[in-house]
Amino acid sequence: MSKDWPLWEVFVRARGGLEHRHAGSVHAPDAELALRHARDTYTRRMEGVSLWVVRSADIVASDPDQAGELFEPAASKVYRHPTFYDLPDAVKHM
Amino acid sequence: MYTTELDKTAGSAAAPVAVEDPALLAAFEARVANDEFIEPKDWMPEAYRRTLTRQISQHAHSEIVGMLPEGNWLTRAPSLKRKAILLAKIQDEGGHGLYLYCAAETLGTSREQMIEALHTGKAKYSTIFNYPTLNWADIGAIGWLVDGAAIMNQVPLQRTSYGPYARAMVRVCKEESFHQRQGYDLLLEMMKGTPEQRAMVQDAMNRWWWPSLMMFGPPDDNSPNSAQSIRWRIKRETNDELRQKFVDATVPQAELLGISVPDPDLQWNEERGHYDFGAIDWNEFYAVVRGEGPVARERMKARRAAWDEGAWVREAAAAWEARQAARRAAAA
Repeated sequence: MSKDWPLWEVFVRARGGLEHRHAGSVHAPDAELALRHARDTYTRRMEGVSLWVVRSADIVASDPDQAGELFEPAASKVYRHPTFYDLPDAVKHM
Repeated sequence: MYTTELDKTAGSAAAPVAVEDPALLAAFEARVANDEFIEPKDWMPEAYRRTLTRQISQHAHSEIVGMLPEGNWLTRAPSLKRKAILLAKIQDEGGHGLYLYCAAETLGTSREQMIEALHTGKAKYSTIFNYPTLNWADIGAIGWLVDGAAIMNQVPLQRTSYGPYARAMVRVCKEESFHQRQGYDLLLEMMKGTPEQRAMVQDAMNRWWWPSLMMFGPPDDNSPNSAQSIRWRIKRETNDELRQKFVDATVPQAELLGISVPDPDLQWNEERGHYDFGAIDWNEFYAVVRGEGPVARERMKARRAAWDEGAWVREAAAAWEARQAARRAAAA
């Protein structure tokens, strides 16, 4: 059994209007220290204006071995893409 | 900072490939050959996992141990400006170590195991940090030469095949340029000073030049795991290629600084379009790898002391969280 503090995933919002993006992870005993460590580790040069931390153990991920089947419908349903539709040149701005 | 792969335990990386599922292995080989990134939960050969765990953790250890020779000069910096710069650089090195430990952990080795391997002497770190920092110009030389060599190594690692390592390297490379420039700037300033100060710069160059060239690791013909690491896109360029690039980039910088390179065989080779340079003392390199570097024991002693003296902080934080958790449980 590892004595390491739990692992937290760190998400940084680079500036207002942008989404939080995954930056990396930190070990911390609790959420407050996780935020402080995330601040010191990932935002030393104005990389962000907002931080999220979430326990790594709480993230549910898709299985990479299932990626083929899971994401295949996007490829087989080409009619979901605007370029599927061949419209007359006379149609403007569509 | 950077470490090249130092453990050359016989057959450690090559042998077990045969026991892997051939279909999975072929699919993996095809993916890396196609420059795809491998992510933590993807299937990978055990030898790939082991090689990367060793390389990334050695790299992380180097960042952490790399703070020690510089920390030595914090209270001796000649001005508040230089002290603030040095503090920021050292904090970056600690940060680089943390990015890298996290990347290595995704391969299934815990932080605790890695730290323990460092403290018991089982794990290696870059040979460069087992040399002493004797005068203030050494701080400039470390930034210019050691971080300069690190940049040469780390830039191609931004495209290494293991995703978490590549992403850590992108972050590290962004910060590393500051390290090299502050070092060169420090030396430029000393070169404008007294004859004694200029002599200190030359002295630092004389002591750091060869160890910096050794940072790129053994020559290609004596680097048994290199071929596999290159095939798996863990490494992108060989030790000798990177070393040559470093020499070519650094010699003109030494000239601009007004100091000499301590190598009588160094000369521009018009035909090759590269500098030729003298033979590296590989006996010295291997001795330092074995832990016989001038200050190897001192470094590990300082590292272990820092860990032990910080134990009460870790314990207090854990105790605080335990009490908060108990309170939450009682309130629920």
